[in-house]
Amino acid sequence: MSYTFQFGALLPYKADILAGIWLTLKLSFISILLGGLAGAVLASLRSTSGRAVRLVIDAYVEIIRNTPFLVQLFIVYFGLPGLGFRVGADTAALIGMTINLTAYSTEIIRAGIEAIHKSQIEAGEALGFTRFQILRHVIIVPAVGKVYPALCSQFVLMMLASSICSAISTPELAAAAAFVESQTYRSFEVYILVTLIYLTLALVLRGALALLGLWLFGRRAVRRPLAAMPEVSA
Amino acid sequence: MTLRTFGFSEFGFLLQALQWTVLLTVIALIFGGALGFVVALARTSRSNALRLAAATYIQLIQGIPVLMILFLSYYGLSLAGFELPPLFAAGASMAIYASGYLAEIWRGCIQAVPKQQWEASESLALSPLQQYRYVILPQAIRISLPPTVGFAVQVVKNTSVTSIIGFVELARAGTLINNATFQPFRVFVAVAILYFVVCYPLSQLSRVLEKRLHVGSSR
Amino acid sequence: MSEVVVENVHKSFGALEVLKGVSLTVGRGEVFALIGRSGSGKSTLLRCMNGLEKINSGRIEIAGHVLGGDAKALRSLRTDVGIVFQSYNLFPHLSVGENIMLAPRIVKGVPRAEALGIAREVLQLVGLSEKIDAYPDQLSGGQQQRVAIARSLAMRPKVMLFDEVTSALDPELTEEVLLVMERLARDGMTMILVTHEMGFARRVATQTIFMHKGTIWEAGPSGPLFADPRTPELRQFVKADVK
Repeated sequence: MSYTFQFGALLPYKADILAGIWLTLKLSFISILLGGLAGAVLASLRSTSGRAVRLVIDAYVEIIRNTPFLVQLFIVYFGLPGLGFRVGADTAALIGMTINLTAYSTEIIRAGIEAIHKSQIEAGEALGFTRFQILRHVIIVPAVGKVYPALCSQFVLMMLASSICSAISTPELAAAAAFVESQTYRSFEVYILVTLIYLTLALVLRGALALLGLWLFGRRAVRRPLAAMPEVSA
Repeated sequence: MTLRTFGFSEFGFLLQALQWTVLLTVIALIFGGALGFVVALARTSRSNALRLAAATYIQLIQGIPVLMILFLSYYGLSLAGFELPPLFAAGASMAIYASGYLAEIWRGCIQAVPKQQWEASESLALSPLQQYRYVILPQAIRISLPPTVGFAVQVVKNTSVTSIIGFVELARAGTLINNATFQPFRVFVAVAILYFVVCYPLSQLSRVLEKRLHVGSSR
Repeated sequence: MSEVVVENVHKSFGALEVLKGVSLTVGRGEVFALIGRSGSGKSTLLRCMNGLEKINSGRIEIAGHVLGGDAKALRSLRTDVGIVFQSYNLFPHLSVGENIMLAPRIVKGVPRAEALGIAREVLQLVGLSEKIDAYPDQLSGGQQQRVAIARSLAMRPKVMLFDEVTSALDPELTEEVLLVMERLARDGMTMILVTHEMGFARRVATQTIFMHKGTIWEAGPSGPLFADPRTPELRQFVKADVK
């Protein structure tokens, strides 16, 4: 095998790659924010509401967790226009990512809430907290703190999975790679470079989330417990 | 080409493609499992160099998108002069992807076996190999069943990514039918339902196994 | 004839020196009790004797093997030296019979039928014949510990080490385990035990070693040693136990 790597051929496309990185970051950031918040809301709604609401939330979580992200994207991007909603590729990507991540974070935070001891809630009641205060200070914040490492893993996985949005022509990093590849035919160089960029993004994101956790929940939350291990998403 | 509607024969085509999804999943779990097992052993070995190498491998695989693993093996293989069918690149990349995650899951399971089990078996003059074979792995495998089955769900879903290099599994079949019928909502919902039919029972099985494990250990 | 010879053994964990030159000799059929406060080094000394901890200097010879050889030599030593732990450490995925038969079968290559015979024999010795098909989690702590003793005995050891084997047990369960050990001692097994059971040490041990600050502070035949401690440290230790 004699192949000469020519990474120099990629130089003229620096702007395209940078634009791709930027969109990947933007999509990831917004979907993490929205998905994380929506997950907290749905998980607490689930723990405080009756059977019907619980059933609907569970169904949503199970449907999303048991179907591929790619197909979810197809339904949003190709399917919704047929029903009268026209969305662009960027919006479709953001919607798909948020819907996906919300389901996972709901499930993760739900597990955290279930791990909160009943006596904690009773202690809150005994101290005269209102229902909302208990929900916020005794249930949600400690629950999220408990499962924070699992949430972080999920956020990083979502950032990596955003590459799949290239399949609906969202011009994020993977799509930029495909574009550069089509222009230069230096497939291997492009994908090695872009893989390294993703790796860097993943490490940076993981580090940033760890710092955020330290600030939000203190030292305890940053350790990665065994319980968080099996949560690996597509 | 005449415009078709999504009907019985189209659904049959999806069902056929589903077989490829399942086959690809099985390939990924068998080969990725074998590789992941070796990496998990290296990750828990006494050698610092082996542990570091395994940890790096796991971090690497878990730090890059499945799509990039797919492209790199696809272009890497053709670069090496192999003119291989997409099934090969798809299978290889899915196996590599699975190995990185299974290695980490199984590392946790091996380390979840109490240290005293190593000491007790060591004191009975078992060799390290015998310790693994007769004492540690049987316990680790029991612990590993729920997360492994859970991870199989992720593999099933992630095989959909191989459609991007043209491998005709379930998601790709959906795209092809959509191109012929222009009924995207109906087609992709049908595709999603088929994935769900495969994944949901596995998810539930993982949950049941998890519960049983906890009941068993607290007896 | 001495079965265990420990000569000037030093052992450190990092900067912490746990054993500061320990020497002792155990004759065949003798029972030695190692007593002392936690952190005195008694458990570490015991664990050094079958190579679970590596010594920094000194020499240990046990059951005709000298510690410090390669992995194969260490395994050979361990076929002749049994150890029982505080936390039983039975293999939870194997039945009682399988727990006992495992090492004889795969380490010594004993045929299945013969291994089964050994298992029955040692189980009878510890009074648990009817539990051969039970699983560890179906047994009480005392029963598990007796199975652990039986598992060690199945290797036909020349020396048995006991590391605080009753510390995790209720008093009544402690008694049934001590009875088994006493019977072993009467049958002539060479035994070294780390224990908090002063009454047992006094009654069964031929010699008692009081360890303090990583050294052998006081040693001698159990009767006189308990009746008339020479050092204030042992006096206080024995007194504290009576209370």
